[in-house]
Amino acid sequence: MRTADVVIIGGGLHGCSTALHLALRGLRPILVEKDYAGRHASGVNAGGVRQLARHIAEIPLSIASMALWENIEDLVGDDCGFSSHGTVLVAESEQELAGFRARVDDLRLKGFAHEELIDHAELKRLVPAVSDDCPGGVVSRRDGAADPFRTTQAFRRRAIERGAAVIEGVSVTGLARNGSVWRVETSDGPIEAPKVVNAAGAWADRIAAQLGEPVPLEVIAPMLMVSSRVPPFIDPVVILRGRKLSFKQLANGTVVIGGGHLAVSYRDENRTVLDWTKLATSARTVWELFPAMREATIVRAWAGIEARMPDEIPVVGPSRTSEGVFHQFGFSAHGFQLGPATGAVMAELVATGATNLPIDGLGIERFKA
Amino acid sequence: MNAVDLASSYDLIVIGGGPAGLAAASLAARAGVSTVLFDENPGVGGQIYRGITSTPVTNRLILGEDYWAGEALANEAEASGAVVVNGATVWSLDPERVVGVSIAGKARLIEARRVIIATGSQERPFPIPGWTLPGVMTAGAAQTVLKAQGLLPDGRTVMAGTGPLMWLLAAQILRAGGKIEAILDTTPRRNFLRASPHLPDFVLSPYFAKGLALLREVKAKVPVRRVSSVAAVGDGKLREVVSDRGRMPADLLLLHQGVVPNVNLALAAGTAHAWNERQLCFQPVLDDHFESSVPGIAVAGDGAGIAGGTAAAERGRIAAIAAVRALKPAAAVPDPQSVRQRLRREEMGRAFLDWLHRPADSFRQPEGDTLACRCEEVTARQVRETADMGCEGPNQMKAFLRCGMGPCQGRLCGLTITELIAAQRKTTPAEVGYYRLRPPVKPITLAELASLPISEAERKAVER
Ligand SMILES: Cc1cc2nc3c(=O)[nH]c(=O)nc-3n(C[C@H](O)[C@@H](O)[C@H](O)COP(=O)(O)OP(=O)(O)OC[C@H]3O[C@@H](n4cnc5c(N)ncnc54)[C@H](O)[C@@H]3O)c2cc1C
Ligand SMILES: Cc1cc2nc3c(=O)[nH]c(=O)nc-3n(C[C@H](O)[C@H](O)[C@H](O)COP(=O)(O)OP(=O)(O)OC[C@H]3O[C@@H](n4cnc5c(N)ncnc54)[C@H](O)[C@@H]3O)c2cc1C
Repeated sequence: MRTADVVIIGGGLHGCSTALHLALRGLRPILVEKDYAGRHASGVNAGGVRQLARHIAEIPLSIASMALWENIEDLVGDDCGFSSHGTVLVAESEQELAGFRARVDDLRLKGFAHEELIDHAELKRLVPAVSDDCPGGVVSRRDGAADPFRTTQAFRRRAIERGAAVIEGVSVTGLARNGSVWRVETSDGPIEAPKVVNAAGAWADRIAAQLGEPVPLEVIAPMLMVSSRVPPFIDPVVILRGRKLSFKQLANGTVVIGGGHLAVSYRDENRTVLDWTKLATSARTVWELFPAMREATIVRAWAGIEARMPDEIPVVGPSRTSEGVFHQFGFSAHGFQLGPATGAVMAELVATGATNLPIDGLGIERFKA
Repeated sequence: MNAVDLASSYDLIVIGGGPAGLAAASLAARAGVSTVLFDENPGVGGQIYRGITSTPVTNRLILGEDYWAGEALANEAEASGAVVVNGATVWSLDPERVVGVSIAGKARLIEARRVIIATGSQERPFPIPGWTLPGVMTAGAAQTVLKAQGLLPDGRTVMAGTGPLMWLLAAQILRAGGKIEAILDTTPRRNFLRASPHLPDFVLSPYFAKGLALLREVKAKVPVRRVSSVAAVGDGKLREVVSDRGRMPADLLLLHQGVVPNVNLALAAGTAHAWNERQLCFQPVLDDHFESSVPGIAVAGDGAGIAGGTAAAERGRIAAIAAVRALKPAAAVPDPQSVRQRLRREEMGRAFLDWLHRPADSFRQPEGDTLACRCEEVTARQVRETADMGCEGPNQMKAFLRCGMGPCQGRLCGLTITELIAAQRKTTPAEVGYYRLRPPVKPITLAELASLPISEAERKAVER
């Protein structure tokens, strides 16, 4: 029988980050991943490292993560392809801008200064390619982007170097209390550990259900498409609110176009079917907003399977029903940026039973029937 | 026919207008099934009959009688009532049989009750040192230019490789008045041992006499050397071809080592594929009627596994008969038994040809600085080292090295990457698997995508 200090279910960025931070605390975690690390959302997302436009409950996590991203090489021994050119939320109308202004003011009152309202002139300076009709927007200047698969792999690698074990191609099939420890059943035999972390992404509701605390997790599959190389014309990540769009040019000139339109997903088959009607909507938005893109070619498109909670914020914290189990899932299409710090918080929770960083509002008890 | 003139759905969509697609569309349309055939080329014919309705090479001796046999198929399709749309690039096919197609800069999503994928084959990657130098191209590309434009290779031309098509192209070039300095035959000698049990079948097959005549014709005019290594050398442009039998100056090197199924569309549609050890490639898993693992989607022709142009047409017919039976059970169709008999005869010589022309490992699994992925300039060494570091499959490799992420969408490196990983990790290509491919299987411009009719988009959005 294998034993460990902690079993982590799921090898996305979150599971890998928690594994690393636990190992850094001197614990011996075993991470179990049914496919390979980064196979799902964590390896195929848009790579946006964004504090902008986050729900108030996850802002502390996001800010803590940002500090780790800015020194990511110190943490994982790889720069993860991280670069910082800011994120700009473009207002497409005066009315939209007024809404943004209210939000920025509200954040200030709560003590957060990372979002900054900008006028048309500053918008044009930051994003010269944007249409002249846009009255302004919001910028978060320290935001950036990184390479998602490389990042997940870097966390995985460093976790192993620091003493974690990572088992890939093996599924967790169940878990039950066995005296003072948890017996985690896997497709490759049981593992016993006093603590368990549920970082199973779009499959995490199944683990929660086994513990008698079902959650209304929705399986979604956000889509992305990437263009051929075009001459550099945009530095920051650009997002729209009204019309779903996120837009980013990589260093090699290709442009990643996303924004939350969804593919049809089949989580049991690890499969998604793209919805071209919605990708066409994104294409029309880009066509209107960025004339420079009109001649570009779409060379690839894909979707990643992800968990979305009804309130679009994650579940982070101890189980309500089962002592020793902790949840870390439901990142609702914006959990990549949160990976580095959420792992640290989980490790702290697992190791000490408490955390200094506020995670109020993220607990699983909010879904109690 | 323009994108806007197409109906929003058809009983049958056939993708590809080579022998398989032409035969399938004709048969189905004649049985009264509403059929549309999409092919991205300006005219029908596919690879084997490329330019059949328009080629400037009118001297029938040059391309040969097997080429001109395509006329009948093209005429049959024309008369059948099938809607044949050329210049129509299919970039997406989903398991619900919604086909994304672009015609003259406009995109549409068209639905079908059945789909026959007849997208044929492509040349196997031939990653030798220097294969990306200007002056090095595939023999198939040279043949395309010959068929479509009547143009011959220029300058001192050397051919290298193996397989029946290489000899066919050599003969076509020579007949058209072109010159070839030498042919470097890369067929491994020991292949004959493996092939010989299949010799009796081969001798009885239609390929035997044709093949011998072709070899004789070419060897009478061109020196042929057996080699076990080939490299293209030059600075910014091909200067010489170096093999284990010496060096020779050259302006053009034509490479060819057989063809493999063009799997991109079938994979993107989610059909199951399996490794074919004899033909060293992935091919779709199909039943007797060429139906794939996805209901309503069949794959016919060389895309179903390499068997040649005549077999492609028969396979197209079998797939079409199955489609007609499903869609219009009362319609009259040709006797499938006689079609199957002809198909068996065509397939008879295949095992011998496949084993004989199976390219050596060294020509499929490059070493050192030889490029494995030319779009993203990834070397064989990088792939091998990354495999050693623990990378187990092509999708991870893609994420590590960006191989397969360029404009060719993995067509020119897919098999190489799979085989390199398998070799390095001492496992099989079947175990390693292939790239996970997604639409668009052909690049589509942002403008085309943006042109998808909004009404259609909204309608679909509601349906889903
Ligand atoms: C470069 C090359 C040259 C060849 N030359 C010969 C030859 O001279 N003689 C011979 O006997 N065999 C030749 N072959 C082998 C050949 O493939 C035949 O066996 C035969 O053409 C197979 O017929 P098919 O109908 O399966 O496919 P093909 O004839 O290959 O026809 C497939 C058709 O589908 C079209 N297509 C593919 N993808 C799409 C898409 N996404 N959207 C729209 N259309 C699409 C292609 O443009 C093509 O017209 C050649 C193969 C290759 C790769
Ligand atoms: C297309 C797309 C674009 C996105 N863009 C961004 C962005 O720009 N910025 C941003 O911050 N976020 C973005 N996101 C969201 C982000 O990718 C996710 O929130 C984040 O990666 C979630 O990480 P995770 O570790 O929770 O989940 P995952 O990466 O899904 O990992 C969970 C893992 O658990 C494994 N697993 C599940 N069940 C079991 C079991 N029973 N046994 C063993 N293993 C199991 C799964 O195989 C999976 O690998 C995007 C997401 C997508 C899909």
